Amino acid sequence: MIPAAFDYVAPTSVQEALAVLAQAGDDAKVLGGGQSLLPILRMRLNAPETVIDLGRIDALRGISEDGDALVIGAMTTYAEVLASDLVRDHALVLHKAVATIADPQIRHRGTVGGALVHADPAGDVGAPVLALGGELVIAGSGGERRVAAADFFEDLFTTAVGDDELLVAVRIPKHTGWGAAYEKFVRVAQQWSIVAVAATVRAEGGTITQARIGLTNMGSTPLRATAVEDALVGKGAGDLAAICASAGAGTNPPSDLNGDADYRRHLAGVLTRRAVAAALG
Amino acid sequence: MTRINVTVDGVKYSDEVEPRTLLVHYLRETLGKVGTVVGCDTSNCGACTVHLDGRSVKSCNVLAVQADGHEVTTIEGIGSGGELHPMQKAFHENHALQCGFCTPGMIMQAIDLLKDNPDPSEHEIREGLEGNLCRCTGYHNIVKAVAAAAKAGE
Repeated sequence: MIPAAFDYVAPTSVQEALAVLAQAGDDAKVLGGGQSLLPILRMRLNAPETVIDLGRIDALRGISEDGDALVIGAMTTYAEVLASDLVRDHALVLHKAVATIADPQIRHRGTVGGALVHADPAGDVGAPVLALGGELVIAGSGGERRVAAADFFEDLFTTAVGDDELLVAVRIPKHTGWGAAYEKFVRVAQQWSIVAVAATVRAEGGTITQARIGLTNMGSTPLRATAVEDALVGKGAGDLAAICASAGAGTNPPSDLNGDADYRRHLAGVLTRRAVAAALG
Repeated sequence: MTRINVTVDGVKYSDEVEPRTLLVHYLRETLGKVGTVVGCDTSNCGACTVHLDGRSVKSCNVLAVQADGHEVTTIEGIGSGGELHPMQKAFHENHALQCGFCTPGMIMQAIDLLKDNPDPSEHEIREGLEGNLCRCTGYHNIVKAVAAAAKAGE
């Protein structure tokens, strides 16, 4: 299948990209790594008049430190995240989640920013960024603004990024030395998460002092299991089953051929227990 | 139409393409590099895998215009002087194909895998090839071939 015809623009700076976006308006689509957008265009689920390729904007790539935060450029690929010692040292749960995305070829092209803006609830980048209390840096004609991950995801495939704005970076508070795991439930390789759980914990002598848990595909956006996070403080490996079982409580996950909502709530509890246990080591 | 300059299998090309042209269609239809095949057309099967600047990508999931200024290597560009690439040789010797349709992509991904991990375990080989589907289910000999190529490369 071949996409419908479109005009192609490849700006080399964020300013230039914003100008093109302002001019093209609703009829434009922004191309990140293209691993979600190109299948959509090929299947003609969308037929934009203009495609704005961010692939020539070097400033959007790379991972750096800014005080207590990691800054990941929106066009940084999954493969670059996986190769980064900074991510491994300070945001291990993001490393673990990204390692489960699709396959090596897709990870060479797909980008962190692209996944976040696409905002597929079954995508694997949102939950770890939410669990880590990430902030999204959004550029518009008036300059840059920062939005907390908790406010960024608005609904299915819908984020706080406006039609005339671009996501330029993700800022993640360093969680240095925290244990982490991403438990993803799928039936076959390459599948989107039926449910997945991102867990990262800080522990002293086997006792949890802080815990962060993000849920993938348990609703229209990534979710935090804050009640479980609070209940885990002061607890150890032997206490996990009872506490984690309620991780899916109060959520409204989808029902489809992979499982109904009750089954997903059950999975969320099981996967949270496994993820926290693995994060504790 | 947009002009692109691409190096494919060591040769420089300059062509006018429609922006919607997929890299795999540019390779096959404009350059005649039909060694790279279209399998699923949904970015699942990996039969169209090529290297873009030395890393494996699914060429049905890249626009030709995105390859402008970059270097592409296809299955047709990995041998030299009539000699098979060691990975091609390993596939030959281990009978790692039945119908052969997935083979170009399998070989290109297997080369990429050994670049990252020259001595993979069987499990790591299977994980490294998770983006490539063989519908004859000849995975057993494919895994054997990749292990043999890794051993030969030591």
